[in-house]
Amino acid sequence: MKVADKNKNVAPVECEAPNLQDKKSENLLKYLVIGIVFGIVFVKAEIISWFRIQEMFRLQSFFMYGVIGSAVMVGIISVQLIKRFNIKSISGETIIIPKKEFRKGQIIGGLIFGLGWALTGACPGPLFAQIGSGFTVVTVTLLSAIVGTWVYGKFADKLPN
Amino acid sequence: MEQFIEWISQPWPWWVAGPIIGLTVPALLILGNKTFGISSSLRHICAACVPAGIPFFTYNWRKEMWNLVFVLGVLIGGFLATTFLANPDTIVVAEATQHDLAALGITDYSSLMPAEIFTWENLFTGKGLLFFIIGGFLVGFGTRYAGGCTSGHAIMGISSLQWPSVVATIFFMVGGFLMTHVFLGPLMSLVGF
Repeated sequence: MKVADKNKNVAPVECEAPNLQDKKSENLLKYLVIGIVFGIVFVKAEIISWFRIQEMFRLQSFFMYGVIGSAVMVGIISVQLIKRFNIKSISGETIIIPKKEFRKGQIIGGLIFGLGWALTGACPGPLFAQIGSGFTVVTVTLLSAIVGTWVYGKFADKLPN
Repeated sequence: MEQFIEWISQPWPWWVAGPIIGLTVPALLILGNKTFGISSSLRHICAACVPAGIPFFTYNWRKEMWNLVFVLGVLIGGFLATTFLANPDTIVVAEATQHDLAALGITDYSSLMPAEIFTWENLFTGKGLLFFIIGGFLVGFGTRYAGGCTSGHAIMGISSLQWPSVVATIFFMVGGFLMTHVFLGPLMSLVGF
């Protein structure tokens, strides 16, 4: 009886341990794959180009508006479908989208980011793709962006929000 | 096969790129219940490397490892596309933009980024200070202050119909227009263009 009880407790643990680890590495791998697809699109559609961002802010090409507009349309439709049909994540969880609260930061910070966006020709995603596509000096821009994030974190409670 | 290679080497149109980017939203939600956003990766790097006891950076960043793996993927994707799928021709940029940029001293269209700016030789010059150091700082500081960047607010936030994200996106654009039309010219001549 005692041995059986012991086995009862041990058996599932033995089974679960390797599974859990498999699940963990597989989990991360899928994000790597989505990231790779994302990076390829950024380069192939030339979204990482400083020139494309200049065209956009000078209102001289529809391209970036087409990219962002169609991405948002597909995103809206997808999120509505997920909500309407109560689609669960593959691990069976209810999909949760955190609510964003309005803060002054979205105005002041947004403005500051926009200034940097037009200078660097990149938002954070394209920064990584630019480095990957051989513009290695952009690692300096990325480091500076990390410093910027850190400085925000340091003074977050002193800034108007 | 040759035709395929030729086709894949062409720059992809916006109506291919935009929908694929949009599909990242449901892909991350369904595959892992994750909300799309890239600038958070910068925060996780701070939390992992220099938390310095700052409350904003003291959280379990290991839980957000997926986000760091995702941006590593973006970097690898950039490498793969440039190494194996690159467009052999020069980038096509709107004539009006070429005209405006020529006035600022930018005329090299041999790669995706202007060679007059994005080189290591410029690092310790006024150009490097403006485009890499100040530009990068504004991007990092601004996105975190705004609580997200173009992916987190413009794509994910608007996709889930959150009005604060619409506000953020509007101010991203306002900042970009301001820099391009008001500050860029004077700043560029200041750093030697």
